[in-house]
Amino acid sequence: MYTTKVLQRRYIGLILPVLLIIIWEIASYIINNPFFLPRFDAVLAVLADPFRDRLGSGSLISNAIRSIQRVGLGFICAAVIAIPLGIMMGWSDRLYRFFDSTIQLLRPIPPLAWLPLALAWFKIGLTSVVFIISIGAFFPILLNTIDGIKNVRKTWLEVASTLGASERQLLLKVIIPGAAPLIWTGLRIGFGIAWMVLVAAEILPGTTSGLGYLIMYAYNFGQIELIVAGMMVIGIIGIAFDFLFQSVEKKKFAWRRLER
Amino acid sequence: MRLEIRNLSKIFVSEKGEQIEALSNINLTIDEQEFICIVGPSGCGKTTFLRIIGGLDVATSGTIQLNGQVITGPTPQMAMIFQEYSLFPWRTVIDNVAFGLELRGLPKEERYQIAKKYLDLVGLTGFAENFSYELSGGMRQRVAVARALAIEPKVILMDEPFGALDAQTRNRMQNELLQIWEKAKKTIIFVTHSVDEAVFLGDRVIALTKRPAKIKEIVPVIHCRPRDRTCSEFVSIRKHVLELIAEESSGT
Repeated sequence: MYTTKVLQRRYIGLILPVLLIIIWEIASYIINNPFFLPRFDAVLAVLADPFRDRLGSGSLISNAIRSIQRVGLGFICAAVIAIPLGIMMGWSDRLYRFFDSTIQLLRPIPPLAWLPLALAWFKIGLTSVVFIISIGAFFPILLNTIDGIKNVRKTWLEVASTLGASERQLLLKVIIPGAAPLIWTGLRIGFGIAWMVLVAAEILPGTTSGLGYLIMYAYNFGQIELIVAGMMVIGIIGIAFDFLFQSVEKKKFAWRRLER
Repeated sequence: MRLEIRNLSKIFVSEKGEQIEALSNINLTIDEQEFICIVGPSGCGKTTFLRIIGGLDVATSGTIQLNGQVITGPTPQMAMIFQEYSLFPWRTVIDNVAFGLELRGLPKEERYQIAKKYLDLVGLTGFAENFSYELSGGMRQRVAVARALAIEPKVILMDEPFGALDAQTRNRMQNELLQIWEKAKKTIIFVTHSVDEAVFLGDRVIALTKRPAKIKEIVPVIHCRPRDRTCSEFVSIRKHVLELIAEESSGT
């Protein structure tokens, strides 16, 4: 009986998606208008042929790779600035106060609101997209890093200094490892936001490739099944990266959950 | 190795800007390998006193000298052991114990060898590769003791190290600490709420007054070791120290 319970728990989350697909398939038969609701198997057929060129704009795979490259670049730019800045702001109250007001001012501006300015500065191309993505990823990484550093237990610092740690050793051997789980959480959230921002940025003017571009382009040709297939790829890639981040978290930072 | 505390005073400034006198003119000389216990009413400044000795807080006036050398900040000659949660949870037990040696740049093999020696001493031989969250409270404190011993300090400062443990574990840890103390030959300064613990462990028990803390009385415990908690001499010393603290606690 134990195994059926485990199975129940494992598969209960699959019931609704399967049900939705069945409803979708039935509805598409009844509506019978592929420009309104494509059939599920038509979408599957698109997904099953991911290397095929679509509308002269590249395949699902090539566009996905393009999108991942962009998000990777933007994400890395954001992390490279946000983590050191967060460490400094978490460590020094003076630096925190110096930067905080500006950050609070810039944070509520949605990343996409920067797009016109980015286009004006960097013209159409990779730089402006990467810029927008960086802005999306930047704030969650920064804020979690600051939080992580500020929450490093005071006792750890005192133990380390009585054992003879220099300032540099405190930073490298206590503060950063102690803050690492929260920094990692920041990276994970930042990546998720970067991915969402990317696809939206690709839909807006300024790009000629990527998954966002592909689904918008497909709309112009009435290829609804390509739109839906593209959306699915976007979702799957998002889940895959989140899973990756989470599995590292479980492996490397288990202590944070387990320590009482 | 004498620890000399001269005219030590500490005044805090509270958030409202009031001056709060925590310690007032404390004088104390501690001999090599002596086991000193500090007791006093709650909030009297015991921990502040210990933290100043360890260089974690700064005295307003007065000096602390370790063998003639003035203490101005944390020094590896004095290791501090805290009440709880002081282990680095991202490090294994052995990497915790070897931490101080790692700071000194000792190669891995050498520091592991030393760390293993101290793990054996505290009775945690088989736990080198475990993480702190896999250990009980008593075991964690033993790791903290091993970590402090590994850097071979002259003095070990202990701030309520067994305060979070249950009574049975606590008594066992007291016995183990005495054994370790006899083997490692260190000076120990031990802050505790528990008069029973202080009289059981200390060569001398320092009873502090309520705030601002002064030394009320230094009670020598000549009673030989290992001590028997139920013998009449133990009971009468314990009673005396309890009375000292009760006098200070009344009216607060």
